[in-house]
Amino acid sequence: MNEFLTLMKSELVLTGIIFLLLFIKIGKGIKNESLLPLIQVLLLANFIFGFFLNQPGRLFGDMFYTTPVIAFQKNILNLGVYLISLVCADWLRKTPHLPEFFLLMLSALLGMFFMISSANLLIFYLSLELATIPVAAMANFDLEKKRSSEGAMKMILSSAFSSGVLLFGISLIYGTTGTISLPLLGERLDGSALQILAFIFFFSAFAFKLSVVPFHLWTADVYEGSPIAVTSFLSVISKGAVAFIFMTMLFRVFEPLHATWHLMLVILSIATMVVGNIFALRQQNIKRFLAFSSIAQVGFILVALTGQDYRYHMNSTAVIYFVLIYIFSNLAAFGVAAVVSEKTGRENIDDFRGFYKNNPFLSWVLALALFSLAGIPPTAGFFGKLFLITTGASDANYWYIIVVALNLIVSLYYYLRLVRAVFMDKNESAAEAVPVNAPVRLGLILCGAGILLTGVLSWIFDYIHSL
Amino acid sequence: MSFEPGLYHILFVSTALFFIGVLGFFTRRNLITMLMSLELILNSVNLNFIAFNKYVWPGQLDGLFFTLFIIAIAAAEAAVAIAIIINLYRNSQSIDVNNAEELKY
Repeated sequence: MNEFLTLMKSELVLTGIIFLLLFIKIGKGIKNESLLPLIQVLLLANFIFGFFLNQPGRLFGDMFYTTPVIAFQKNILNLGVYLISLVCADWLRKTPHLPEFFLLMLSALLGMFFMISSANLLIFYLSLELATIPVAAMANFDLEKKRSSEGAMKMILSSAFSSGVLLFGISLIYGTTGTISLPLLGERLDGSALQILAFIFFFSAFAFKLSVVPFHLWTADVYEGSPIAVTSFLSVISKGAVAFIFMTMLFRVFEPLHATWHLMLVILSIATMVVGNIFALRQQNIKRFLAFSSIAQVGFILVALTGQDYRYHMNSTAVIYFVLIYIFSNLAAFGVAAVVSEKTGRENIDDFRGFYKNNPFLSWVLALALFSLAGIPPTAGFFGKLFLITTGASDANYWYIIVVALNLIVSLYYYLRLVRAVFMDKNESAAEAVPVNAPVRLGLILCGAGILLTGVLSWIFDYIHSL
Repeated sequence: MSFEPGLYHILFVSTALFFIGVLGFFTRRNLITMLMSLELILNSVNLNFIAFNKYVWPGQLDGLFFTLFIIAIAAAEAAVAIAIIINLYRNSQSIDVNNAEELKY
């Protein structure tokens, strides 16, 4: 009983918060102005509690397992959700269904927690669906806008299709190995032709969720259509959670098929970076622009997965570290976009011309975030990219690394284009001063501090590596 | 003379069903029909699991349980999808995918 409480504590705390919100919803309605701070405090408490009582162990007949690394990954996601509740506070305060929004968001987060902890394909599939279906409902949250429901429709259909493909892969894997328990599966895989076919199905479902290139087409539409709080949740939290479980699957479970997935990863990562970069060059809407830039960033994450040192946890450390930094930088960018689009209704890059004149604080946060996404020192994004590419280079596959570096240079162009528009372009009708509320300001300052400090404080990387 | 279907017959049927579902999903332009194609895909997976459980790994229950959960999840997925489709219909008076084209490129 005691073991049950400590090993599942992040899930239990989250379930507690979900039930609390349900009771608030059922009871007399509380105004959004007083409910939102309560939710923010609860999420902060959830994040702080995530640092305590982290023990390794297994539960439910080895269907659920947790280690300190997994607890840390869950806590990164907790931090991301807390930051979203801060930086998107303007939109959240206005939405008529605030408790439902957080119910769906935290249910999806609960699904991600179970997904990261799953040691069984059945639990993995169930939690993957729990992490996807609420997000599709969230994407439709602007009920009267056609764009929102169109994005949600694209999301639910493509995710249902991808889970069908995933299930077909799982059924073939079950047929050839006779088990759905992940540790046993790792022992029984032998690389027969049917298993490789099954693995390709399995892999493509992950590629859908991560929006790796041949499967990326839903990403930009869903990002543009949904409300900005949902977009930031999708681009940061879901991507991070799927990247975490993808690492475990590749390095622990499908290790016998290393030769197959290594080549697939190399090809797909190049395709992802190139397509993400080229499409990001021509975007005008800032949400679409950030969507394609997030596709390119996923390509860089895949580079780290190709490295040979996965037995020494270098790859997983680099990816976890990068996701932490990515949460800070992307949420800062989305936060500024959210404030501006909520207060002025502007979402195009041209609307940001001359933005610095009246909004120095927002401009500096946006510039920091974009520098970090582009990987310019001393922001943390540089160190994140450095470790990703260093681990990717452990293959001694230098032509590949040169292609990656060229893609980095291309990505500099479009990030700096936005920075130039904000700081240097003259514009007669520049955006007037946008008021920034206290929670949004706190969130943006936290993101900025994260961008500046995470890279310089080297003990963070050492701490992740030591877990 | 009676005919006993073997594993290969069932696998042939389920794989055919899977690809019929994929074809329908890609070619149909009506959202409800696309959802039906998705159900075909999921049901082909169910057939696969049952067949593997009966012929290859008798005595285990993993495949059967997986099937039960897939049926439940498919219902949940269809519920959310239909809710979204109804909302799309309210906004644009159409459930044809070709009319849902505000977001492109």
